[in-house]
Amino acid sequence: MSEQIKNILLVGVGGQGILLASEILSEAAMLAGFDVKKSEIHGMSQRGGSVVSHVRYGLEVFSPIVPEGEGDILFGFELLETMRSLPLLKPGGTVVANDLQISPPSVLMGQETYPEELAERIKVQFADFMLVDGPKIAAAAGNAKAANTVLLGVVSKRLNISETYWLKALEKMVPVKALEINKRAFLLGREL
Amino acid sequence: MKTILSGNEAIARGAYEAGCLVACGYPGTPSTEILENTIKYNEINSSWSPNEKVALEVAIGASFGGGRALCTMKHVGVNVAADPLFTLSYTGVRGGLVLVAADDPEMHSSQNEQDSRNYAKFAKVPMLEPSDSQECKEFTRLAFELSEQYDAPVMLRSSTRISHGKSIVELGERVADLPLPKLEKNPAKLVMLPGNARVRHPLVEQKLLDLSKAAVTMPLNRLELRDSSIGIITAGICYQYVREVLPNASTLKLGMVHPLPHDLIREFAAKVDKLYVIEELDPFIEDQVKAMGIKAIGKEIIPLCGELTPGRLRNSFGLPQPAVIPADNLPGRPPNMCPGCPHRGVFFALNQLKAYVTGDIGCYTLGFMPPLSAMDTCICMGASIGMATGVAKVVSNEEKKKVVAVIGDSTFLHTGMNGLMDMVYNNSPATVIILDNSITAMTGRQDNPASGFTLMDDPTNAVNIPLLCKALGAKHIRVINPLDLEETKRVIGEEMERPEPSVIITNKPCVLIKREDVFNKGPVYTVDADRCTGCRACLKIGCPAIEWRPAGDGSKKGKAAIDPLLCTGCDVCRQLCKFDAIGSVK
Repeated sequence: MSEQIKNILLVGVGGQGILLASEILSEAAMLAGFDVKKSEIHGMSQRGGSVVSHVRYGLEVFSPIVPEGEGDILFGFELLETMRSLPLLKPGGTVVANDLQISPPSVLMGQETYPEELAERIKVQFADFMLVDGPKIAAAAGNAKAANTVLLGVVSKRLNISETYWLKALEKMVPVKALEINKRAFLLGREL
Repeated sequence: MKTILSGNEAIARGAYEAGCLVACGYPGTPSTEILENTIKYNEINSSWSPNEKVALEVAIGASFGGGRALCTMKHVGVNVAADPLFTLSYTGVRGGLVLVAADDPEMHSSQNEQDSRNYAKFAKVPMLEPSDSQECKEFTRLAFELSEQYDAPVMLRSSTRISHGKSIVELGERVADLPLPKLEKNPAKLVMLPGNARVRHPLVEQKLLDLSKAAVTMPLNRLELRDSSIGIITAGICYQYVREVLPNASTLKLGMVHPLPHDLIREFAAKVDKLYVIEELDPFIEDQVKAMGIKAIGKEIIPLCGELTPGRLRNSFGLPQPAVIPADNLPGRPPNMCPGCPHRGVFFALNQLKAYVTGDIGCYTLGFMPPLSAMDTCICMGASIGMATGVAKVVSNEEKKKVVAVIGDSTFLHTGMNGLMDMVYNNSPATVIILDNSITAMTGRQDNPASGFTLMDDPTNAVNIPLLCKALGAKHIRVINPLDLEETKRVIGEEMERPEPSVIITNKPCVLIKREDVFNKGPVYTVDADRCTGCRACLKIGCPAIEWRPAGDGSKKGKAAIDPLLCTGCDVCRQLCKFDAIGSVK
């Protein structure tokens, strides 16, 4: 059974819009006829801390959290958080990461430095790694703020959910005035 | 219709479908979103109470008036509401009453990980425990029905993974045939004087026996026979981990965790070779199963502390773990106060004044973190003030001056004001700082009795905190602007010196308040690189908008910079710069 379950982890920094992205993904999976579960921690993490959202879908899903070391796809909104969550991924898993660095407090205060060459280090461990300049592509779609949707488009190519359901999920979850830009951003990501 | 709901959204939906008329509670992670979702249903009167005890009393009143009532709180909130709860089990209900206790195993956002199931047993109240969002909805509905059928309040236990997890829910219709609420006197049942209570107590014990028997055939307790070599009794989120990790094991999934269906447990135990009890936190089910004389394995292999996960369960059973990439040693990313947070300057001053700070529960508990490092204790909601009084009772006169209690507006109104009453009454020399940011911020910006708005977003009467402190007898009350560092440090210093109780109230709003004209962003600030000497003074407030940029030559030299997207123009960093290097962008 568990082989048929898709395990996706969405990670980044509080305030980056991770919860909305994981809601769109869950909605698309449900529309495609799958059982879906999702889990994340609210509260303290909203104050700029690390955020990890788990989404699982398949014929029948039990645990709402991805069992350690069984993640199929790590969807990183920020490089340091992507690196931090690699142990959740299965060997040979897929990493799609936004090319973005947000300094944690110790780095802001000059006590530590932001780790260097994170993308290269991830690439060494996971051959299926894609680094995406989300804001740049989103700007081409009309608004740099739609970077998450670009990445969602990239991730969507690696999942067995057809484009119709993704677009329906976007229609349901994204405010009307931002919908067209987000659809374009999603399709641009899907073409990468 | 099918939709994806969080456990909290599903509990709100279940209350709606059950014909619930009143929903009340106090915000607390992971329970907060239940009431933020009952407000979507016009049929339910939803409200925040100042604390959980009042919330439960409001729900009891609604129930005695004949309406169905939902009351929500986090696990530690039940401690505050415990007083009415223990007697409510004696009176029973009129309209159904459901009390949701949301536990937080692993303490993702809590000060302890107490197991609320013990309250059900202690207070002699039935308790249901759902294991996904569909069950959250169904069990909430069922809890209302059981409450009226057995004339008892019913507790619904959730946990972080249930409340904040999402899964697919099939929606139903709201019940329509409930009797209309109407006053009805019944003092023998509702006035708990000794004479009446002595009559009620045996009825409570009988109800629990009846329920334990009835629970044997209730569909919410489900016996699933698979491989009979291993049998597992479990409930709540743990059921999901059991099915994930031990898919072939037989399970007895308990939907009602108090009282337990003894005959069903015996039947299940007889059908399997080896019996396990798998539950998070306390051996609540396990102890009772063992007390029945049944041999079972539980906490011998299942951790007592923290939440269970599929990986931890695999560990307990010695099952192989998947190979994982080892974690690198990376800079951590702990939560932090927001850029422009009005609490920052106060903790900076307390640090400089070397105060002994008795802290409280809220965003400001982050004042503990470096570089502010200005919090010395944190126990529970409202504890700061009583503790300051207590510390000052035992230390030397010189040390008494160092004692400062720090508490937020919502926490002060929750249970802090009683502490102030005691401090003033008993003439303690300690100082109280009320960080009034006009909102309950930590749990996600909820209104409170001083914010001027209700949960339904209607303008309302507001507590005047300075006048309230005056009415409690405080003679020295000073209101300060916490974004003015000189004033903040000077006033706190003066009041610490004063050998009498004194109260300082800050008056700047939370930067996250979205209501118009409460918080207004100022002009964005910038660092003049020519003037910046790299002295690092501005880094001492730990503002996420200020970044140290190393010179890049391998030396310790560098300069500060301000992120214009994060800066709110609070002006605090400018006051720290001795070289006039920081100013607003013209």
